Amino acid sequence: MIRVVLPAGLQLLAGCPREIEVEVHGAVSVASILDAVEDLYPMLKGTMREHDTGKRRPRVRFFANKTDVSLARLDTPLPAVIADGAEPLLVVGAISGG
Amino acid sequence: MTTIRVLVGTRKGAFILTSDESRCDWQVDGPHFPGWEVYHMNASPADPDRLYASQTSSWFGQVIQRSDDGGKTWHTPGSKPEDLLGEHGTPKGESNKFVYDTSEATGAPLTTHMWYDGTQHPWEFARVWHLEPDLDDPDTCYAGVEDAALFKTTDGGASWHELSGVRGHNTGEGWHPGAGGMCLHTIVLDPVNRNRLFVAISAVGTFRSDDNGKTWKPVNHGLVSDYIPDPTAEVGHCVHRVAIHPSNPSTLFMQKHWDVMRSDDGGDSWREVSGNLPSDFGFPIAVHPHEPETIYVVPIESDSLHWPPEGKLRVYRSRSGGEDWEALTEGLPQEHCYVNILRDAMATDRLDEAGIYFGTTGGQVYASRDHGDHWGPIVRDLPPVLSVEVQTIQ
Repeated sequence: MIRVVLPAGLQLLAGCPREIEVEVHGAVSVASILDAVEDLYPMLKGTMREHDTGKRRPRVRFFANKTDVSLARLDTPLPAVIADGAEPLLVVGAISGG
Repeated sequence: MTTIRVLVGTRKGAFILTSDESRCDWQVDGPHFPGWEVYHMNASPADPDRLYASQTSSWFGQVIQRSDDGGKTWHTPGSKPEDLLGEHGTPKGESNKFVYDTSEATGAPLTTHMWYDGTQHPWEFARVWHLEPDLDDPDTCYAGVEDAALFKTTDGGASWHELSGVRGHNTGEGWHPGAGGMCLHTIVLDPVNRNRLFVAISAVGTFRSDDNGKTWKPVNHGLVSDYIPDPTAEVGHCVHRVAIHPSNPSTLFMQKHWDVMRSDDGGDSWREVSGNLPSDFGFPIAVHPHEPETIYVVPIESDSLHWPPEGKLRVYRSRSGGEDWEALTEGLPQEHCYVNILRDAMATDRLDEAGIYFGTTGGQVYASRDHGDHWGPIVRDLPPVLSVEVQTIQ
């Protein structure tokens, strides 16, 4: 199973714990993992990727194995440690001041 | 027994304040949706238990929440009953899909509007500013959004469809956002002529539809705005809020960026009624529930100083539909007060001795049980208040 860590705001919306597990068939990428997350929690559609374009929302980032993969194409394959569940994919909301 | 329910949207969640008709003891319930901005909550006039909430975040976008039990429980509409039960018990509805309608049949091309630097910028959905449930059908609700457009649901919020005539108006290319964004923030439904509705857009103006939202015309004749190149242009006026009394819907009252205005011909023409106000800048405007010519505003110092003049929080009431205003100060702070009152943050109940309510950016919700003569906080120290709506439940 693939592990995904969600930010607090999305945990609240989905009513899920901080870390969830999803199953991905085929290539493991941010896109395919988010597809699986949204399949499990449909209310999260549009919260990480724009509804109409599928682009990453500007204040959401994706970290995999200590690397920021937000700026790569979302269908770029992720490292094996994500695919085999050794490390989680982190979905992170941008920090803000105040 | 009558219950008063005050729906308060804030920067960090929603709160529901409840009292009996004495309006002395208030129960505070919340925060709902903690950490999220709740731009607006509103109730169906046809079903007091049906509430809609605009839950939004600059990070995660827009969510529409619905309650069918007066705010005790909430869900994203579209969920099947079985989705809400069982091991996970999470809603599966996808209520946040606000996509501009570009279809040939009902849509308008996704064009551009003017950006801050004078270039053209594509329409981009940001959030829902205002929710206006239909007068008769609890499953029908309108949503005013940024970038300016009007959406409608007829299935209780499960799906939203754009009424593209607003965004597609032929002046759209010249619209531009104000500092707060290019938002459609006001929706007024005419209770007599059910085909008529009004919307207002920041830095653009007021529009009217007489065919149930299909086509729209600007209704800004008489507005004068010195901060735009042509002060009497057809569009470009920063309308902050429009209100009507249901018994006389051809009369509209407007708080503009500067100027308090009224129209007696359904928006075809406007005249200024600022009269003796200490400042005619402000955001909300409200009409007394039983007196169509009694209106309320909260003057703000200026467009750069968003606080009450002289640091004195004063509601102003006119019993003559404008021009002659009296300051209402009893129970409101009269020194060192530097809060703002936002456009959707003032409302009234419908009791005989009418209650007037407003929320501040300092987190207080003030109420008057006697038409505005005396005031007091019914809750304080909430996050900054974005919106206030009031239900009078028999």
